[in-house]
Amino acid sequence: MIRFLLARIGLLIPTFIGVSIIAFSFIRLIPGDPIEVLAGERGVSPERHAELMAQFGYDRPLWEQYFEFLSNLLHGDLGSSIVTRQPVIDEFLTLFPATLELSAMAILFAVIIGLPAGVIAGVKRGSVFDHTVMTTALVGYSMPIFWLGLLMIILFSSILGWTPVSGRISFLYYFEPVTGFMLIDSYLSGQEGAFRSALSHLVLPTIALGTIPMAVIARQTRSAMLEVLGEDYVRTARAKGLPPYRVIAIHALRNALIPVVTTIGLQVGVLLAGAILTETIFSWPGIGKWMVDSIFRRDYTSVQGGLMMIAAIIMVVNLIVDLLYGLINPRIRHTR
Amino acid sequence: MREIPSDMPTLNSGEKTSEPETSWMRLKEFWSYFRENKGAVVGLGVVVFVILLAIFADVVAPHSPIEQYRDHFLRPPAWQDGGSWQFFLGTDAVGRDMLSRLIHGTRYSLFIGCIVVSISLVSGISLGLTAGYFGGWIDTIIMRVMDVILSYPSLLLALVLVAILGPSLINAMIAIAIVLQPHYVRLTRAQVISESSRDYVTASRVAGAGTLRLMFITLLPNCMAPLIVQATLSFSTAILDAAALGFLGMGAQPPTPEWGTLLADAREFISSAWWVVTFPGLAILITVLSFNLMGDGMRDALDPKLKRS
Repeated sequence: MIRFLLARIGLLIPTFIGVSIIAFSFIRLIPGDPIEVLAGERGVSPERHAELMAQFGYDRPLWEQYFEFLSNLLHGDLGSSIVTRQPVIDEFLTLFPATLELSAMAILFAVIIGLPAGVIAGVKRGSVFDHTVMTTALVGYSMPIFWLGLLMIILFSSILGWTPVSGRISFLYYFEPVTGFMLIDSYLSGQEGAFRSALSHLVLPTIALGTIPMAVIARQTRSAMLEVLGEDYVRTARAKGLPPYRVIAIHALRNALIPVVTTIGLQVGVLLAGAILTETIFSWPGIGKWMVDSIFRRDYTSVQGGLMMIAAIIMVVNLIVDLLYGLINPRIRHTR
Repeated sequence: MREIPSDMPTLNSGEKTSEPETSWMRLKEFWSYFRENKGAVVGLGVVVFVILLAIFADVVAPHSPIEQYRDHFLRPPAWQDGGSWQFFLGTDAVGRDMLSRLIHGTRYSLFIGCIVVSISLVSGISLGLTAGYFGGWIDTIIMRVMDVILSYPSLLLALVLVAILGPSLINAMIAIAIVLQPHYVRLTRAQVISESSRDYVTASRVAGAGTLRLMFITLLPNCMAPLIVQATLSFSTAILDAAALGFLGMGAQPPTPEWGTLLADAREFISSAWWVVTFPGLAILITVLSFNLMGDGMRDALDPKLKRS
């Protein structure tokens, strides 16, 4: 297992280099050069331009620039934002807990509903429950979540007045962030109603963001269960006289989970992409909205840093998925 | 067709059938299974309808999608007070007919889906089959490159590409295709690895089948079921992602009547003109849902293990 672990971690190095090359290239691929972007509409004199190019090191050979970028990266330095002049890493770390909180709630929502629904639908194939789950999952999967978000705002916020429209907590409450997670911080603050307020702000974005992963997980779980339930070893287990729940939970589900774990892992990218839309619609102050804003403000160092950080997060999650994959499917672990 | 399948000739029976006859039989068999799934048939019906709408948009649409009727700003749908039959689904903020814009929008969605899925499916299967079959360093290189691509959310990469190349539908489609492809590669590879150890593959190899035959004739058909599911799902992903880009103002540009772009224009009328917000989203939902329903039916009809159980 340790060899498997080390091999997997070793494989991350080329991926990391690939990702850093893409993030590095981005800022050099945009039309014009970073100094022209920095100067904006006013423009700069050629002398000042050359001076600034030298100051930021853009006049040196590309490989030299890349190695400096890589070395800074490994020291946790992503440069400073062109617009706010703040270190990019600081801005990212301030905003990231908001996205993490929202994503965690969304994936929790998706797994809690999607996984059992998929298992039961697979076991009770052809039943009314199966048809209901599959229809719901299909509608959920086909949902443009930015539209779902808008409709939910119209219905629950504008018409019914049940939930707030935007932000993470009501302006009535203020406390110093401890963990950065509004649910935990509001609870710790001990202010009456703060936790409730934070929770009510989370409901709509969670549903909007969790809808597609939920549908995908339900579909994939059902499909994997059907595949596995048709296998000989399941028939053998049944023939041995094992109780049905044992056959399903131990013999079938364990094997059905192999593709499902991969699916859940792949949802992290879906979540971060969804966060871009969800956060924009609900004015959720996380990294999704920050990336969109940075692109529109032409704050290219922030975009570069964000690309690097988001890719790093997804890489780590992929690693965890791969390790889990090896844990639950020993065949994979031993064949390499 | 109700007497199928017991008296259908099985495909691998020793009798030699001529090539066109075999494919005709396969198609007939496929259809007999496909039609059993009512949802799939409905999906197929809607998809055909959408395709026809796209082809005959100029004839079917009552108005031009870009003509502005200055006397009819934000006119509600016909059945509401103030609505008129001249504009069945109402008009938008600059007096353009919603129905005509939605009908013309079908062209964009179908175009996006076709291009994106074709690119990602073909390249994804080839790479996945190669990686899974050969293993070793070929596998390593392919999968590492896929990991790099998978390390970016599709929408984010598309946004960034748009920032580099300038907002356009073509750039968005390329980005979405590139980012969808690793899913096919991973799926194909995983299937190939798990199928390779099966007896029928060994038997085929022992019988002297060559590399290409093993890859494309023995292995690939048995790996197709999840790929077809994935292909239909990514047809919808392509349409949804492109609409999302349009919504963010980074995909198709106004006055193009692409559905996501229509929604972007509609955001400020969320509380005053519900029809401007509701209909474009509904159009996306129905189209995508139909493709998904159809894909599900195809999966049930194509997967030999599931269909006979």
